[in-house]
Amino acid sequence: MLSDGCSFMKGMLLGGVFCLVLSFLGSFNFSSESSTEDHHHHHIYAPSKDELKRLSDSRVEELKNQVRVYCIIMVQPKILVYWATVLDTWSKHCDNAVFYTSEGSKALEAVDLNEKDDWARLRKALIHAYENAGDLRWFFVAQPTTFAIIENLKYLILAKDPNEPFYLGNAVKSGELEYVEYSSGIVLSYEALKRLMTMFKDEGQCPERTHALWKMGEDKQLALCLKYAGVFAENGEDRHGKGLFNKQNVVNMIKQSMQDNPTDVVEGCCPDMAVTYGGMSPNQMHVMMFGVYRLRPYGHDFHDWLTFYPPKDSDND
Amino acid sequence: MKTLGPRISFYAGFVVGTFTLYVFLRQLWFEKTLPMHQVTTLARIQDYQQQLEEEKKMWKKEGSALFNLEHPHHIGEDSRMADELYKKVRILCWVMTGPKNLETKTRHAKYTWSRHCNIVVFMSSVDDPDFPTVGLGTKEGRDQLYWKTIRAYHYAYEHYADEADWFLKADDDTYVIVDNLRWILANHTPEEPIYFGRRFKPYTKQGYMSGGAGYVLSKEALRRFVEGFKSKQCTHTTSVEDLAMGQCMEKVGVLAGDSRDSFHRETFHPFVLEQHLTAKFPKSFWYWSYCYYPISEGPNCCSDMSISFHYVDAVGMYLMEYYTYHLRAFGYRYRYQPPTPPAHLPSSENCSTDSKGTHLFSTPTDQQGCDQCPLQKKNIAFSKAQ
Repeated sequence: MLSDGCSFMKGMLLGGVFCLVLSFLGSFNFSSESSTEDHHHHHIYAPSKDELKRLSDSRVEELKNQVRVYCIIMVQPKILVYWATVLDTWSKHCDNAVFYTSEGSKALEAVDLNEKDDWARLRKALIHAYENAGDLRWFFVAQPTTFAIIENLKYLILAKDPNEPFYLGNAVKSGELEYVEYSSGIVLSYEALKRLMTMFKDEGQCPERTHALWKMGEDKQLALCLKYAGVFAENGEDRHGKGLFNKQNVVNMIKQSMQDNPTDVVEGCCPDMAVTYGGMSPNQMHVMMFGVYRLRPYGHDFHDWLTFYPPKDSDND
Repeated sequence: MKTLGPRISFYAGFVVGTFTLYVFLRQLWFEKTLPMHQVTTLARIQDYQQQLEEEKKMWKKEGSALFNLEHPHHIGEDSRMADELYKKVRILCWVMTGPKNLETKTRHAKYTWSRHCNIVVFMSSVDDPDFPTVGLGTKEGRDQLYWKTIRAYHYAYEHYADEADWFLKADDDTYVIVDNLRWILANHTPEEPIYFGRRFKPYTKQGYMSGGAGYVLSKEALRRFVEGFKSKQCTHTTSVEDLAMGQCMEKVGVLAGDSRDSFHRETFHPFVLEQHLTAKFPKSFWYWSYCYYPISEGPNCCSDMSISFHYVDAVGMYLMEYYTYHLRAFGYRYRYQPPTPPAHLPSSENCSTDSKGTHLFSTPTDQQGCDQCPLQKKNIAFSKAQ
C-alpha cells in the first residue's frame, strides 16, 4: 500500500512538472512571435541641456552647420493637393527640399524618376540625393502625408556624427528584421547613405527589382539592404520614452489618449519635441504649421542653446 | 493486483498531477485576462480616484468657484513674464454651460484652458456641487442665454469682485489662451470702462463682441453693468446674448476695445483655427458683413498671440492645448515679437516705487526672480529674452 502511495505521489509530482514545462515552452514560443519593440533596438535621444551648455559657441555653430538636412519627398501627381501642402508648409524648413515623383506633373516641379515600382523609385531617389547632396550630410525621406518639424529633427541629431552610419525614425520589428517605418519619416546619415550606394551595386543581396509574388514594403527592403551593409535601425525618442516619430496623425493620437489617459490626455499622449506625424491631411498640416511656428502663450520662453531662424519668403511661419 | 499497483499508481498520479497543475495555471491565466467589463470598471474606479487626487492639487474649491492653485508650468521653461502677469492681471473666467454638456464638453474645457485662469466658475441652470457648477435659476435653451449672462455676471460681481481685475465670459466650446488674454489686458487697467472680444459692427454704434468667441469686461465695466440693471438703464432687451450685452455696454458708457495685435491681426476668433486658416467663406456668408475690422483669410487671419477659438469640440480642446503649451520647434526664433506691455500696472503694497511713483518689473537677471519687488527699470531685457 505504501509503495502504491509513493508511486502515486511521484507520478503526481512528475505530472505537475511536465505540465509546467509544457506551458513554459508554449508561452515562450508565443511571446517570440508577437514581440514588438523589445530590448534589442537602440534608442536615440536628443542632447540634454547640460551637454549643450558645455559646448563652446563656435562648436555649437559648427554643429548647427553640420546638421543641415536634405529632404527627399516622394510624391505622385494623383495626390497633388498633399504635394502642394507639403511644398507650402514644413518642407520650407529643410535646407534643401527635393520632390521626387513617379511621373511628371505640369502643376508642380519635381525630379521625375519615371518609375512606377515603389522600391525602384525609392532607390533612384536616394541615388539622386546622394549625388546632389552638395555639402549636406543628413537625409530625411518623407511621404506627402507626413508632417515633419525639421528643427526638432536637427535637435535630435545635433551631436551625432554624420560620418557614422545612422538610420533612424520609428523603429519597428517584423520577425527578425528591424526597420524604420516609412510614413513616420526615415533619417539617414551621409555614411549610411554611402554604404547603401555600395549595397545597391550588389544585385544578389539588394536587387532593384524583386519578382517575388509577395513584395516586401520598400521600407523593409531598405532596412534589409542597410542591414547587409552593417547599418541598423534606431528609434528616436525623448527622455520620457515617447516616440518622436509618429505613424499616426496627431488627432488620432489624442483620441487614443482620451481613452487611455482621460485625466491626463495631453501629457500622456504626444511629445513636446515631436519630429513627425504621419497620415496628416492637408488642412491638419496647415493647422500644425500654425500651432508649431506661430501660436504660443505669452510669457513662456525657452532659452534654447541654439537659434533657428525662419525661412525666407514665407508667410505662414 | 499487488505487482500492477505501483505502476498504475504512478501513471494515475502523473495524470492527476498534470490535470491539477493545468487547472491551476488556467485559473491564473484566466485571472490575468479578466473579461473586458471587469477590467474597465476597475480602471474606471481607479481613474476616478486619480482624477480626484489630481483635482485637489490643481484647484481650491471655494463654494462653486475653482481657485487655481497650480498655474501650469513646463519643465525647462522660463515663465517669469507669465507669472508676473498672472499676479498682476487677475482673470475670473466664467463658462456658460448646462447639465447635459458637463461630461461631453465642459469637463474638457475644465481640464485644459480653465487651469490658466486665476478663478473659474461654471455657470449652469442647475447647481452641481461636484463639478462644480452654479445654478443660475434659469431654464436651458438659446433663449435663456442673456438671462444666464446677466445672472452670471451679477453672481461674479457679488462674490468675487475683489478677487479679480477682469471678467471673461466663454462658452463650453470656446478654447481660450488665457496667457495671451493677459498680454492684451496688461496694456489697460481694470478701472477703465472697457471690454474686449471679436468686434462685430451691425445693430450698434460702437459695435459689440461675438458671444461665442468670448469677451472680457474690466472691473469698471462689470460695475457699470450691474449698476445699469439696478437703475434699469439696462434690461433684458433681446435673447441674442452678445448683441444685448453690446447694447447695455454702449448705454452705460463702456468702450468697445480693439483686441487686434500690433500687426492688426485678430486675437478672438468665432470659428475653429482650421476654418480661419483654410476655409474660403463665400462672400454671401454673414461673417463678411459682421466683422468690424477688415477680414484676412489664410495665415494673416490670426495673431500669433491668439486668444480664443469657438466651436471647439472635445478632441479640439486637447489639440489646442497641445499646440499652444506643448508642441514647439526647438530653438525657433518667431517672426512676430509681441511688444512688451508697459510697466504701469497696479501691484501689491509690498513693492517700492521709484520717484515717479510707478511700480516696476524685476529684471531677468534677478537671482531668485523676486516677482513682487522691483529693482531696475529694464523692460527691454524682457523682449531680448524672447
